[in-house]
Amino acid sequence: MSENYFKKYPNKEGFFNEYGGAFIPPQLEEEMKKINDAYFSISKSHKFISELRDIRKHFQGRPTPVYHCHRLSQKYGGQIYLKREDLNHTGAHKLNHCMGEALLAKHLGKKKLIAETGAGQHGVALATAAAYFGLECEIHMGEVDIAKEYPNVLRMKILGATVVPVTHGLKTLKEAVDSAFGAYLQDPINTIYCIGSVVGPHPFPMMVRDFQRVVGIEAKDQFFDMTGELPDNVVACVGGGSNAMGIFSAFLEDEECKLYGIEPGGKSLETIGEHAATMTLGSPGIIHGFKCYTLQDENGEPAPVHSIASGLDYPGVGPEHSMLKDLEKVTYDCISDKECIDAFFELSRMEGIIPALESAHAVAYALKLAKENPKQSILVNLSGRGDKDLDYVVENYGIPK
Amino acid sequence: MNRINQKLQEDKKLLSIYFTAGYPNLNDTVTVIENLEKSGVDMIEIGLPFSDPLADGPTIQASSTASLDNGMTSEVLFNQLKDIRKTVSIPLIIMGYFNPMMQYGVEAFCKKCAEIGIDGLIIPDLPVQDYNENYKAIFEKYGLINVFLITPQTSEERIRFIDSISNGFIYMVSSASVTGAQNSFGSTQSDYFNRIAAMNLKAPQIVGFGISNAETFQQATVSAKGAIIGSAFVKHLTEHGVDKIDKFISLIK
Ligand SMILES: Cc1ncc(COP(=O)(O)O)c(C=O)c1O
Repeated sequence: MSENYFKKYPNKEGFFNEYGGAFIPPQLEEEMKKINDAYFSISKSHKFISELRDIRKHFQGRPTPVYHCHRLSQKYGGQIYLKREDLNHTGAHKLNHCMGEALLAKHLGKKKLIAETGAGQHGVALATAAAYFGLECEIHMGEVDIAKEYPNVLRMKILGATVVPVTHGLKTLKEAVDSAFGAYLQDPINTIYCIGSVVGPHPFPMMVRDFQRVVGIEAKDQFFDMTGELPDNVVACVGGGSNAMGIFSAFLEDEECKLYGIEPGGKSLETIGEHAATMTLGSPGIIHGFKCYTLQDENGEPAPVHSIASGLDYPGVGPEHSMLKDLEKVTYDCISDKECIDAFFELSRMEGIIPALESAHAVAYALKLAKENPKQSILVNLSGRGDKDLDYVVENYGIPK
Repeated sequence: MNRINQKLQEDKKLLSIYFTAGYPNLNDTVTVIENLEKSGVDMIEIGLPFSDPLADGPTIQASSTASLDNGMTSEVLFNQLKDIRKTVSIPLIIMGYFNPMMQYGVEAFCKKCAEIGIDGLIIPDLPVQDYNENYKAIFEKYGLINVFLITPQTSEERIRFIDSISNGFIYMVSSASVTGAQNSFGSTQSDYFNRIAAMNLKAPQIVGFGISNAETFQQATVSAKGAIIGSAFVKHLTEHGVDKIDKFISLIK
C-alpha cells in the first residue's frame, strides 16, 4: 500500500494532484529533465544506495535517536518523544537531502553546487556535502538572515563555500531563492541547484522527499521498539516542508496516526507581512517554478512574509503538503513567534536540548497537544539544534530567570 | 488573419522590440509603443512585470521591479492599452509569467487581450503540455497566438513537436542562459542557428536574448526571420526615457 503512494505521487510530470509540476523557462527544461532521468537511473542503483547508506552511517552519524522527554511529559501530560535530527551531522535534517543531491551532482559531472539558505542550515549542510565530495559551493543568503544567523555564515565560509549576500526585497529566504535561481541559470550545464526543501520545479520536491524519508523510516521503527505501538500524533514544523515530509512519509497510510504540520504564525495572522502561514491563509499559485499554496496578492505577486525562524520565512510551501492539506491527510496549524520562544526555553530547561527556532514551533504545538490529550503519545521531529539562534534570541528576548 | 501571421509573410527580416510596460514611468507604456511603431519597428512585445522573473537577466529584472513599484498590474496594463488600436497597427504581443495570468483568470485574461487587439502571448514558464491540455482551446477561441520558446539545449524531437503546434513563430532563445545584451555571437551560437535552419521548420523563427546592435541583429537573422531586442532597449529607456527611441532603432535597421 505505502509503496503505491510514492509511485503515484508525484506523477510523471511532477504533479501531486494539481500541485507541483515545472513552471520554468525552457532554458531550464532540458536540465530538469536530465536531473530527473539521472535521479531514476543513478539514485535507484545498488551502488548509489550503498554509497549513501555508508555516508549516512559513518559520516552523518545515523540513525539519530528517538528520545522520550520524561520531564516535559510529566509536566504537560501525554508522552512526548523527539526524533533527534539535531544530532544529525551539522545539526539539522538538511544534510540528509544535501548528501543525496551532492552525490547525484557528482554522478552528473557537475562542478559546482548552488543553493539558497534561510537559517543557514541548508547552506551549512550543502557546504559540508561539497567539501565531502570535493565540489565547489555557492550559497545565496539574504542580508537580514546573514546578520541573524551569523555563526552559520562563518561555518559555510570555513567549509570553503562562497556566501553571496542578497540585497533585494525583504532580503530573506524568498529573495535568496530568486538569486540562487539566477546564478544557476547563468550556467545550468556545469552547476546544479540543490534546493533546500521539498519545493521548486519537478523533480526537486520528489528527490528531496525521497532523501528525507530516512527520518520517518528510522523513527517509525525506533518508536515501535520503544513503545510497541505507533505514535498517536506526529508533529513537524513546515517551512518548505522537507523535515515534515521526511517524518510524515512513514505514517501517511496509518489512519491511527494524526499528522500535524506547523507553520509560523509570526507576530500576527491578521496582517500581511507579519506571518508566513502559507497553508492556513494562502491560495493556489505559482512560485519559483511550481504550483502550491502561496501567500500572494490579487495580482499574483508573492506577499511579504515574516517569521522569527528564518528557515520558515517563505511565501510558498511544498506541493506535496499542498496536496496533503486538500486530501485532509495532514492538519496544518500555526504557532506564533511568542509561543515559539517559550517552547525554545522550555525544551532547553526541562530536557537539556536547545532546539532550532524552526523546530521550536513543532515543540510548542506538541506541548499544546499534550495538554489537550494527556493519554496520547506525540512524536516530534526535532529538525535542528539551536546554536545558530542563540545571539538572536538573547538580544531580542533576553534570558528568562 | 492574425496581424502576426500577416507580418511574417512580408519579405524582410523583422525587428521586434521588447520593453517592460509601465517603465520608466507608469504611463509611458502607450508612448513607447507609438514611438516604436513610428520608428519602423515590425512587432512589439509588451512585458507584463513579475517580481519572480526566472527567465530574465538583471536589466529586465530591474525594470520589472521599478514598474511594479510604479503600480503596474494586469488590470492597469489593460486600461492603458484599451485604445491602442486607434493609433497602432503593428502586431502586439504580451510577454509575462503565468501566475499573474492565472490569478487574473486565464480565460478573462485572453478575452481582455482579444478586446484590446493583442495578437499573441509569450509565457516562458507555462509548460507546453499544460498549454496543450488546458489552455489551447481558450487561446484559439480568442484568436491569440501562443509563442513557444526553444533553446540550444532543446532536443530535436521537442523542437519538431513545438513546430507542429505553433501557429505563429518560434521564439529561438540564443543561448542557454538568461537575457542580457551581448556585443556579438560566438561560434556556438552560429552552429545553433545553422542547425535550426537546417531543420526546415514550418514555423518561422525569431531569435531573442543577447541581441543588442546592428551586428548581432545581422548575425541572428542570417537564416531566422527576425530578431528581438530586449535588454539593450530597456537600457536605452533607462538612460534616455521615451524621447530618442527613433535614434536607437535607426542604429539597428
Ligand atoms: C532546523 C530547521 N528545521 C526546519 C527548517 C525548515 O525547512 P523544512 O520545512 O524544509 O524542513 C529549517 C530550514 O532552514 C531548519 O534549519
